[in-house]
Amino acid sequence: MKTSSKARMRTGAALAGLVAGMVAAQAGTLKIESWRNDDADIWNSKIIPAFNKVYPDIKVEFSPSAPADYNAALNARLDGGTAGDLITCRPFDASLALYDKHQLDGLNDLKGMDGFSTVAKSAWTTDDGKTTFCVPMASVIHGFIYNKDAFKKIGASEPKTMAEFHAILDKLKKDGTYTPIDMGTADQWEAATMGFQNIGPNYWKGETGRANLISGKEKFTDPQYTAVFKELASWAPYMGSGFEAQKYPDSQNLFTLGKAAIYPAGSWDITTFRGQATFPIGAFKAPTVAGGDCYISDHTDIGMGLNSASKNKDDAKKFLSWLATPEFADLYANALPGFFPLSNAHVTIKDDLAAEMVGWRKECKSTIRNSYQIVNRGTPNLENELWNVSAQVINGALTPDAAGKQLQDGLDKWYHPAK
Amino acid sequence: MAEPVSQLVASMPRARMLALMTLFLGPAVAIYTLFSIYPLIATMTLSTYTSDPSGVFTFVGLANFVTLLGDAVWSRPFWNAAYNNLIFFCVHMLVQNPIGIALAGLLSLPGLKLKGFYRTVIFLPTMLSVVIVGFSWNLILSPLWGVAEGALKSVGLGAWFAPWMGLPHTALLTLALISVWQFVGIPMMLIYAALLNIPDELTDAARVDGLGQLRIFFHIKLPLVLPTIGMVSILTFVGNFNAFDLIYSVKGALAGPNFASDILGTFFYRTFFGFQLQVGNPTMGAAVATVMFLIILVGVCLYLFVVQRRLRRYSF
Repeated sequence: MKTSSKARMRTGAALAGLVAGMVAAQAGTLKIESWRNDDADIWNSKIIPAFNKVYPDIKVEFSPSAPADYNAALNARLDGGTAGDLITCRPFDASLALYDKHQLDGLNDLKGMDGFSTVAKSAWTTDDGKTTFCVPMASVIHGFIYNKDAFKKIGASEPKTMAEFHAILDKLKKDGTYTPIDMGTADQWEAATMGFQNIGPNYWKGETGRANLISGKEKFTDPQYTAVFKELASWAPYMGSGFEAQKYPDSQNLFTLGKAAIYPAGSWDITTFRGQATFPIGAFKAPTVAGGDCYISDHTDIGMGLNSASKNKDDAKKFLSWLATPEFADLYANALPGFFPLSNAHVTIKDDLAAEMVGWRKECKSTIRNSYQIVNRGTPNLENELWNVSAQVINGALTPDAAGKQLQDGLDKWYHPAK
Repeated sequence: MAEPVSQLVASMPRARMLALMTLFLGPAVAIYTLFSIYPLIATMTLSTYTSDPSGVFTFVGLANFVTLLGDAVWSRPFWNAAYNNLIFFCVHMLVQNPIGIALAGLLSLPGLKLKGFYRTVIFLPTMLSVVIVGFSWNLILSPLWGVAEGALKSVGLGAWFAPWMGLPHTALLTLALISVWQFVGIPMMLIYAALLNIPDELTDAARVDGLGQLRIFFHIKLPLVLPTIGMVSILTFVGNFNAFDLIYSVKGALAGPNFASDILGTFFYRTFFGFQLQVGNPTMGAAVATVMFLIILVGVCLYLFVVQRRLRRYSF
């Protein structure tokens, strides 16, 4: 009895969803496709109302999917002609593929596009640099977020170099109150994103190394890449027991419960931690290898484009132009601290942790994740391979050299840069 | 053995008979064709095409299958998934079905109290959403918050605990056992129903001849329910080689660590829909789906022609 009523409720909800979908498809309503389901509240309560103050007649509906399934679901909807008018763009090759399939419109003529630098637009521009197809919205910065109480207890200050970083880890381990490094390998992507791409730019010298990788001058088997894997492998003893089965939400909870000291972070975690952590938190950038220049991963992460099949392109363009305004940049940066605006407009970020992280842009050189542009187009998929080998290196199932070799072998299968 | 045909049907004019057949079978055939046969054929057709970045499809014959089975980039994950799938199936055959038979045997014992209660409790997980099952077991086995470690420690076996879900050699087995836990109610119910159909005269006669319950079960009841066990096996086979949901909800589409828990369903999903930055490849995905269909087809045919013909049915 119980199940049947539940099933009926589900059918009812599905029907209601269907009806809502049909209503949304009518002219005058814009539907936004996004993977940021965590931000649905902020879109509905802050961003869309702010847009409606300027354009009261345009109805906007924010319709997110689960992050890891976003591209799969979006592609299916685009192919089936049921996708929303506005498409949140992943950076680089995933969105470029949509543009090449004529599913996204070029946006060179859009009002406000000149407010972005070439670097900001690079993630959503064709290889020849001629056409930009998404409005840059935000970038995310990597670093380490730490529990200030834990550092106070062992008398440590923010580490500048890898040697200092390891000294702190040893002290934390000896003290035993806190899990020194709060990261798991069950979901795999943290190992690659929060590990490899976080500390890596200091080893391969940011954009220089990234460009050399694309041009074929550097290989993943080179010492500057295997050294990153060696560093990651050395984290294992400092991670929590059973980290092989620790998932991303587990790591977040472990940190906000005050049980862990150092959390390899993406700036988007700030929003979660602000809401839940009751202790003071700080952030330090990826420690450098031996002093030297510092580089940070300042990754162009979110943009928004126009579905070529949209029936409501005029309104959609109004919305996209509004995204390019300083008002939106200010609103977005402060509603979601940790997502940093990409426009040239000057934005004051009120959250001190987010402000500190964005301040690293002045001290260090910015770079984007090296597995995203151009080298991520073939099979095997470099980014997914990177998740796999990074997690295995930390698990101790793969040596750093073997990890570099697996990445390079996979890349060599299909990528042959002109030398 | 020919079925007896009723006088009425036999004496019916041919046209009228055809009209009646269309009336009764037509709707089912139409729906089945539309929702089952057409998508199947469309998938097979799609698997003989390839698409370029601009989305244009071109016919390539069997090239996708050659790539899938011949190119190490594709064949290694494919055989890995197929091998894992076989293990997944074996665990179900060796653990789920024997336990299901044993539970059914126990439930059908005369004089057992609270039968309905046991039946419901054992069948309950089957009705839960796989997402809830995956989430609960993730929590139970979590090295951080799980009760599994504490439970083992309390009986002095704390050293046995490991993060089973995350280790390459235990992840698949753990997931298979979770699936067994969830679905053990189905073989139990089917076999229980078959056991109830056995006439009491047979078991009573055996009792009179002096057989205990154990021997009655093995020598009388079990042979009589063999056809049902065969059916349960083939359902398990089809279900396991189409499995996807549990692995996906617990481990995600990358089925880690290092694809240790990757089965054909998750491999298909990654290929067809893509995952994270890996762009989906519908034509290769259709090829994977076709191979999965063929594997299941061969398995079911083997069963139908080799096993089922030898099974003898008893009519009481």
